[in-house]
Amino acid sequence: MNTCTESFQTLILRSLGREYGAQQLPRGLDITFCDQVFLIASGLVWNIYFAALALLAGFGLAVLLALAKGSPLGWLRKPAEAFIFLFRGSPLFVQFFFVYETLVLLPREGLTLSLGLIDLTLDTQWTTRAWAGALFVLFLNTSAYSAEIFFGALKAVPKGDIEAADAYGLSGGQKFRRITWPTMLRLAWPSYTNEAIFLLHATTLVFFSAFPTRQQMGDALYYARYFADQTFNPFIAYPIVAAYFVLLTLVVIGLFGIINRRLNRHLPRAARARLRFRPQYIR
Amino acid sequence: MFAYCADPSTLTGWWWFSCYLTSATHIDFYQSFGVVLLLLALAAPSALALGMAGAMAARARFWPLALVGRGYVNMVRGIPDIIFFLFVPIALDQAIEVIFHYSLCPGWTEDIWQGNDFRVCEEARTPAPGAPVWVRQTYGFILALIAFALVFGAFVANTLKGAMDAVPHAQVETAEAYGMTRAQAFRRVVLPQMWIYALPGLSNLWMILTKATPLLFLLGIQDIVYWARELGGQKTGHFTYPHPDWRLWYFLVVLAFYLTMTWGSQKFFDRLMLRVNRGQATAGGEAQRRAAA
Repeated sequence: MNTCTESFQTLILRSLGREYGAQQLPRGLDITFCDQVFLIASGLVWNIYFAALALLAGFGLAVLLALAKGSPLGWLRKPAEAFIFLFRGSPLFVQFFFVYETLVLLPREGLTLSLGLIDLTLDTQWTTRAWAGALFVLFLNTSAYSAEIFFGALKAVPKGDIEAADAYGLSGGQKFRRITWPTMLRLAWPSYTNEAIFLLHATTLVFFSAFPTRQQMGDALYYARYFADQTFNPFIAYPIVAAYFVLLTLVVIGLFGIINRRLNRHLPRAARARLRFRPQYIR
Repeated sequence: MFAYCADPSTLTGWWWFSCYLTSATHIDFYQSFGVVLLLLALAAPSALALGMAGAMAARARFWPLALVGRGYVNMVRGIPDIIFFLFVPIALDQAIEVIFHYSLCPGWTEDIWQGNDFRVCEEARTPAPGAPVWVRQTYGFILALIAFALVFGAFVANTLKGAMDAVPHAQVETAEAYGMTRAQAFRRVVLPQMWIYALPGLSNLWMILTKATPLLFLLGIQDIVYWARELGGQKTGHFTYPHPDWRLWYFLVVLAFYLTMTWGSQKFFDRLMLRVNRGQATAGGEAQRRAAA
């Protein structure tokens, strides 16, 4: 049995590995309420890691994809549409499995590239680890969903704004930078906020799909399920992890709300888009 | 399946594949697609019913009912659904056993939660300890179905509530001015018209529901993900049909199945939207009228 202070000290960083906390997770009758609170909290690091990095990287790809989908050029539009359909049309859960099995098939000893004089060996083992492989899947997945949001916003840019830009003699690049881009971002932002929440919640799937955990380094839900399995009592661990996610969701709404205010700062108060908490969860 | 499949080790090429793909475990794999479709077929109407109840409750004048309705909707929406999928079946299972326990074994004095054991009397065990496999599987499937219906019921309730509010309020007032009661106005004016506003949200939810079905795997149901992992894994010479790791190909099939499902659903909903919009006072209806004129 740990005291509350001991639980905090040994478990709060446990999700980063054995070096950062207890060798063994608390088991069976030794599990205290504090253990559950702190170990589940430590798992949140992974949820935040996956969500933040996938969103940051996905934003760039999503904008490119949205522009490609809106392009009149077939060779740009077709691949973008196919990519978006592939990742929006299939379950994230199956995507995890599929990509994992693909990565596992990469040769164990690494890929060897012959560059004339020297042979370059690329290590491939790390790609099958959750921190890299699952992040990659989440990155592609959120890119596809966000691209669809940005594409919709791109289509919704008011015609008058574009015509005004033309009348002022703005060049194509200037028109995009000064008119289309800020308007698109402003229109897309409420939906994009939902996508961020959506993605944050989807990170709980990582350690339940193909990607194995090592040294019991898992996310918040992984630990919640561990406790529910150990104690046969789902009524403590799951509400704890649920409460954490409600808090995290509020944080996301707060952060995105600040950006939203900035994007809308030039508009009269009544016309500003309000952030609504209307996420659509599962993928 | 076929007579020539008696000794697969002598077969090669297409003959080998024709036997391999019709083996007993593969038939189970094909049937698991049916399990997914069955879940969809049962979960969609139950979620719709639950969602309708939730939306009506959230709009009720009787405030405790409204509170329950809103609480249900917001709670499910604020928490990752997968937590509900893990929590609801096990919580329901325990609740059922506790109820049976108190009604069937009144003489039992020990605690039900003994440390880390959940112990009820023999008679209360559900399903009964000696039950055949299919009973256990059906029981697990029903628990999963209830979890799906609960989660998606909340999503549907949210959509339907929005749709009910979107019906022009002046029409409801007109109905009341004609002397209809609140219930009559709801039945005759709101209910027939709300579906145009609800359809985009509902079709979106159907897509999400479809894409949530692989989570059955987490609930210990033998669904397509389970069989894809099981069948695709490397089979050594001890097996009747030895082969290397083919999981990638099996997951490709699963992926193709879901892409077909979502693609087909999209086509269906596009046509339905066209139908529902006909003659309606919405932007979609107006576009149709202009195109025809």
